[in-house]
Amino acid sequence: MTASTAPLRDPFAKPGVLTPLGAEPIVRLLGIEKYFGSNHVLRGVTLEVYPAENVCIIGRSGSGKSTLLRCLNFLEEPTAGSVEVDNIHVAADPLHPRSRSHRELIRQIRLGAQMVFQEFNLFPHLKVIENVTEGPMRVKGIPKKEALELGDRYLARVGLSEKRDEYPGRLSGGQRQRVAIARALAMEPKVLLFDEPTSALDPTLVGEVLLVMEDLAHEGRTMIVVTHEMSFARDAADRVYFIDDGQFVEAGPPEQVIENPQDERTRQFLARLL
Amino acid sequence: MSWGGTASHQAPLDELRLQQPGAIVGEIARARSRASLRFRLIFALTWFVFVGGLAVAILSTGRVHPDFIGEWGPFILAAIPITIFVSITSIALATVFALIGALGRLSTAAPIFALATLYVSLVRGTPLIVQIIFIYLALPQFGIVLDPLQGGIIALGFNYGAYMTEIFRAGIQAIPRGQVEAAQSLGMQDSLIMRRIVLPQAVRIVIPAIGNEFIAMIKDSALVSYVGIQEVFWRASNIGSRFFKTFETLMIAAVIYWVMTIGFSFVQERLEQRMARSDRRI
Repeated sequence: MTASTAPLRDPFAKPGVLTPLGAEPIVRLLGIEKYFGSNHVLRGVTLEVYPAENVCIIGRSGSGKSTLLRCLNFLEEPTAGSVEVDNIHVAADPLHPRSRSHRELIRQIRLGAQMVFQEFNLFPHLKVIENVTEGPMRVKGIPKKEALELGDRYLARVGLSEKRDEYPGRLSGGQRQRVAIARALAMEPKVLLFDEPTSALDPTLVGEVLLVMEDLAHEGRTMIVVTHEMSFARDAADRVYFIDDGQFVEAGPPEQVIENPQDERTRQFLARLL
Repeated sequence: MSWGGTASHQAPLDELRLQQPGAIVGEIARARSRASLRFRLIFALTWFVFVGGLAVAILSTGRVHPDFIGEWGPFILAAIPITIFVSITSIALATVFALIGALGRLSTAAPIFALATLYVSLVRGTPLIVQIIFIYLALPQFGIVLDPLQGGIIALGFNYGAYMTEIFRAGIQAIPRGQVEAAQSLGMQDSLIMRRIVLPQAVRIVIPAIGNEFIAMIKDSALVSYVGIQEVFWRASNIGSRFFKTFETLMIAAVIYWVMTIGFSFVQERLEQRMARSDRRI
C-alpha cells in the first residue's frame, strides 16, 4: 500500500544527500494521534523519511517525541493514523485486539525499524555477544555460527569486541548503549530508531555513543533520532523536526531549525538549551 | 574508645599514621574481625549453655530414658532420606504447578485467569491436612487410587504450588517493562519473550523465596505421615505410642527437623550471597 490510500503527505520531506535517486520514503507516519487517557499527546503527526536519511526530532520533555517513536514500532498503539515501514502498512486500531495477521505485520515493522532505548534495556542474564545474537538466532533463525560472526562484526563496529564475553552488568553506561546499538544493527534493519540514547548517560560517556551514531549516519544508515544533543543534530542530521505539544511546529535542515529558527517556540526552546 | 582519648592513647596511632598511612586501615580491619569473632563465640556459647542446660535438666528428672533413644534413635534417623525425598519431589512438582499457575494468573484470557485464580483460592482456602487426606482417602471413591507416596507428594506439590504461584507471579512482574519492550523490538513473539527473556530473569529473583518454601516444606512433609508414609514423624509417633515413650521419640524428630532446616537455611544463605554478587544483573 502506498500514499494513495492516505491523503496526508509530509510537506518537509525531501531526499537526503545520500538517498539513492528516485527512492521513495521508507518510513511514513501519517496523521498519528495519541491519547493517554484524556491527555492528547500527539496531535496528528505526519513524517516521511527517505532511505539513508538521518532525521532528528527535538523538543522539550513531554512534547511527545518519544511517544512518536514508540508509536512508530507499536510499543504504543496509536489512537489514530497509520504507520508504514518498508512497504508494510498498519493503521491504528485502538478499539480492537490485534488479530494474528496484524500482530505479524507489526512484528515485521519492528524487524524493519530497530529501536535503541534511553535505558539500554540490555538482557542482563545474557553475555554481550548473546545479547547481540539473540535476535538473529531466535527471531531470524540464523544458524549459531553465522550469528556469532554477525555479532562479532557489529560488536567490532561499535568498538566492543573485547567485551563480547562479559555480562552487561560489568559495562559502563556508554558501553552498554553501544552494545544496544550493535544488537539493533545485527538485525540488519531498514531504519534505526534512537529514543534519547544519551539521556541516561553520565556526561563523560555521551561522546563515545554519539561518535558511533555519527559514523552510522555518515555511512548512510536511515535513522530517526529523538535527542537533546543539539550538536549531534547540527552535525549529522539531514533534517530536524521541532515538536511542541504533540505537533511539529518547525522542520527543515539543521542550519535552519537550529541555527536560524523561524518559529518563536523553537527559538525559546533553543535559547533555554544553549 | 572516644575520639578525645588521652595523649598516650593517641600518640602511637598518630605515629603509625605518619609512618604508614595505610596501616590504620589494616588496624581497623583487625579490630573489626576481633569484634565479630567475639560476637560469634558468645552466640555459640549462649546456645550451648541453654540447649545443654535444658538437656541436663530433662535427663536429671530420671523420667527420660537415654537407652531408649540409643535403641530407637537410628530407626527414626533412617527416615531422613524419605523426608528429604518427599520434600524435594514435592517442591519440584510445586514449581511446575506454580509456573503454570503464574502464567495463568498473568493471562489476559478470562477463562485461563479464572482457572488459575480458582486454583490458588481453593488451595489456599482449605487446610493442607484436608487436601492430603482428600487425595489419598476420598479420591478412591471415584476409582482414583494412589499409593501413599504418590498421594502425599501430589498433595504437597499441589498445595505449595498455589502459594508459589503468587511468588512466581511477583517474580515475573518484577522484570522491568523495558526488557519486554526490547525483546518486542527485536521482533520476538510473546511466548519466546517469556521463555528466553522474562522467565530466566524471574527464576533468579524467586530462587531465595523457593528456598524458604523448601524449608517450610521439610516441616510440612510431616503431615504426609497421615497417609502412612513412614517418614521421620511417622516413625517417631508410632514408636513413641507403641512403647509409651512419646517424649523421647518426638524429641528426636524435633531435633532432626531442626538440624535439617538449619542446614538448608545455611545453604540457602550461601546461594543468596552468591546470587547477590553475580554480575548477571544491571
